[in-house]
Amino acid sequence: MHLLGILLAATAFWMANSGHYKPLMLGFAAASVVLTLILSLRFKIVDREGSPYVRLLGFLAYVPWLTWEVLKANWVVIRACLRADLDISPALVKVRTTCKSDLAKVTFANSITLTPGTVTVEIQGDKMLVHGLYEANTVPESFIGMDARCARAADPKGAAS
Amino acid sequence: MMLAALIALIVSMCLLLIRALMGPTLYDRVLAVNSFGTKTVLLIGLMGFVMGRSDFLDIAILYTLINFVSTIAVLKFFRYRSFQVPLARRGESRAEAPVTGGEPNA
Amino acid sequence: MPEAASLMPLDWNTIRVALGGALSLLGALLCIVGTIGVLRFPDVYTRLHAASITDTSGAGFVLFGIALMAPDWIVLVKIVCILIFLMLTSATSSHALANAALTAGLQPKIGSMRKGPHEDEASP
Repeated sequence: MHLLGILLAATAFWMANSGHYKPLMLGFAAASVVLTLILSLRFKIVDREGSPYVRLLGFLAYVPWLTWEVLKANWVVIRACLRADLDISPALVKVRTTCKSDLAKVTFANSITLTPGTVTVEIQGDKMLVHGLYEANTVPESFIGMDARCARAADPKGAAS
Repeated sequence: MMLAALIALIVSMCLLLIRALMGPTLYDRVLAVNSFGTKTVLLIGLMGFVMGRSDFLDIAILYTLINFVSTIAVLKFFRYRSFQVPLARRGESRAEAPVTGGEPNA
Repeated sequence: MPEAASLMPLDWNTIRVALGGALSLLGALLCIVGTIGVLRFPDVYTRLHAASITDTSGAGFVLFGIALMAPDWIVLVKIVCILIFLMLTSATSSHALANAALTAGLQPKIGSMRKGPHEDEASP
């Protein structure tokens, strides 16, 4: 089942990147896809995180919001870079997340890191250590919205995995 | 305008080399090299469009992935001094004490 | 009808190429801004923030610019692939870098960096 998901993704990636559809090339494609499957079986990465098709809609709804947040945060950091005086005040805060599954936690930590001005430094259990560029912007309350959206996008309904 | 963008990218790569050469710690250098790799990807993509050959984008995809792998490899090597250590964190008691320094001054 | 379209100075291809060039230039300038931040900021953790400008908005604008100039759909798919990979890998490698620096015992500088009357409270 999950193997089928990886097969589908690998074939789609090859088709989108190649643009050659002669029989010889298709034979090479089949060989490379089979090799990829064998390798991923050896690495034991064929599980439900390897083919997250079920939550694709959630991620698609999450990405535009994240893009807007990244653009807003970019403006703050660009101004901080170009100021004549260096008026930054870095801070470390602990943020507690409500995300249950590993995938949701990774999504949340990567979103924090992707927005300029905040970097996730350490994850232990459901607590994260976040380094921020401005002390006033980096309080645990400012991550609640992102946390809720990540939990909605990546967590399965109800049960934790 | 594409040429101006190319020149701006090359200027910023040269500025980044300064940080890579005189970074005080190892991590500054790794950060500079990682960022340099990102800019190289952009440079390859832009150069392909200036030359009118979109084959360069394949090289850009490859360079993105190799840049990531090399950054992780360098960091892993300087953390464990070996490539033979599994990266798994769960269920493993780390040698260092859990990080306590740098509490927020609240 | 094609003659009229080619006589018009503002057809879609012209706009596309001009807008793509302008967006690429904007992204490259943002890369320079991020580099200036990397050169100016005081320690590793703050430099990470400056580098993430380059990785998110600089790369995003440059790739969006060349995506506007893409001649066919296969090039577009490749650019979108580069964008997705770049976003995923840059966030992960920033996190790995920060975590490695903290594990190695590098303490971040906390508190206001402003040289002023409040200098005595936080920064050493």
